[in-house]
Amino acid sequence: MMQKKAIQGKKHATNLVETIMLSLFKDTFTSQVKTLYQVFMHAFVKADTVEYPEEQPYMFPRWRGRIILSRDPDGEERCVACNLCACACPVDCIALQKAETEDGRWYPEFFRINFSRCIMCGFCEEACPTNAIQLTPDFEMAEYIRQDMVWEKEDLLINGTGKYHDYNFYRVAGMAIKGKGKGMAQNEAPPVNVKSLLP
Amino acid sequence: MTFEVGSGLSIGSILFTVIIVAAMLIWVERRLLSLWQERLGPNRVGPFGLLQVVADMIKIFTKEDWVPPFADKLSFVLAPTVIMIVILLSFAVVPFAPGVGVIDSNIGVLFVLAMASLGAYSVMLGGLASDNKYALLGSLRAAAQMVSYEVFMGISLLGVVALAGSFNLREIVLAQEGVWYVIPQFVGFVIFLIAGIAESHRLPFDIPEAEQEIVAGYHTEYSGMKFGMFFVGEYLGLVLISSLITVLFFGGWMGPFLPPIIWFVIKASLFIAFFILLRAAIPRPRYDQLMTFGWLVLLPLSLLNLMVTGAIILSMQ
Repeated sequence: MMQKKAIQGKKHATNLVETIMLSLFKDTFTSQVKTLYQVFMHAFVKADTVEYPEEQPYMFPRWRGRIILSRDPDGEERCVACNLCACACPVDCIALQKAETEDGRWYPEFFRINFSRCIMCGFCEEACPTNAIQLTPDFEMAEYIRQDMVWEKEDLLINGTGKYHDYNFYRVAGMAIKGKGKGMAQNEAPPVNVKSLLP
Repeated sequence: MTFEVGSGLSIGSILFTVIIVAAMLIWVERRLLSLWQERLGPNRVGPFGLLQVVADMIKIFTKEDWVPPFADKLSFVLAPTVIMIVILLSFAVVPFAPGVGVIDSNIGVLFVLAMASLGAYSVMLGGLASDNKYALLGSLRAAAQMVSYEVFMGISLLGVVALAGSFNLREIVLAQEGVWYVIPQFVGFVIFLIAGIAESHRLPFDIPEAEQEIVAGYHTEYSGMKFGMFFVGEYLGLVLISSLITVLFFGGWMGPFLPPIIWFVIKASLFIAFFILLRAAIPRPRYDQLMTFGWLVLLPLSLLNLMVTGAIILSMQ
């Protein structure tokens, strides 16, 4: 079988003129002309281009874009200045300083994101224990001056809850603040005196 | 001044129009390619992006005119001018319409072929002077390709010349009063079309400047306006080949109702669009395939075409 094939192949190769004429008619007059026709017909297909500034693309809700700081349902800042986002950030673009209010709440004294470094990876959002820092479907953040890419807390804070509407850290966490002592949070048992032997 | 062959007005307007058209082709090509690739192409600068050409020109004129220190200065500078001059000279014999033309030469066809051969010097000099291996490879390929495709380009035209009984392009057009030569000389037309693409090294026969293999071929080291001249020279070649096909096979300016020059422009534009469609559709052959196709298919075919044409003409007498 293989021998037969080899002989056929040899025969074919020797007959150069036949091969060339065959390839001429097969390739040139069917394949090439067909290609030309098919490409030409693409002239009547609508272009795929989205003309961006005039026509806005659909942004998916989970898009990782401009970073915001959200507030809890009571309108207080969610951020407790735990620094986890700054630790998680692979490009070190987040800087913040913890401060404390008189009633015991923690908050960032300043909160700074350098968007000329930020790679929109979303690790800060994943790291955040209080759902404070969130990424939004907005990407139009170009600036002419580099310093304008550095956003302060006033720029980042929004007057809303972002993606999570009911979450309030101090209502569910065990940390005591003014007006909410130990054991008073949602689903929290009253504190136990671990040094007592009595039941 | 009036429009007549060789008048200053005629020469000036032809030169002006041809160069403007060649420059506009940059935009036309990009728009047409994007049309066939389901994109939009340049549409931001001016109406329909028409001023893109102006923007490109401003950019290319203000670029640094740089000659690499290792290049051969004289031939490096000379090379891009050669292709412009040679192709512009070829336009001298093209009869655009009755009374519109630069010269009414009795050896028009020969003149065009001779100038096309000189065009090979441009790419060879450019590649050699660059002292760059990619440029050298490109110019080697260009030289072999242009020299071999010239052979059947000439032979394929001889059928037309034999039918018209003249080398004068104007008389060839007039001889197509009854029937366009594309019908009796269809094989010649196809061969001339293919050879024309290879001669102006447009895609799919842009092997001398195949980006994927040899960067940009013979103009790898060129930038600024010197590159621009190669670029415009290529588009000038495209316009020239389209005009020649119109003149030799499609009855030049002949056509009903519309003025002759309009007919010429319509026909030539169709061929320019066809060349751009070729670029959009057909992939580039390998270098050896190109040479094999030329010598083993096109050369015998063109000789056969010439012999059959000659036999028929003789038997008719």
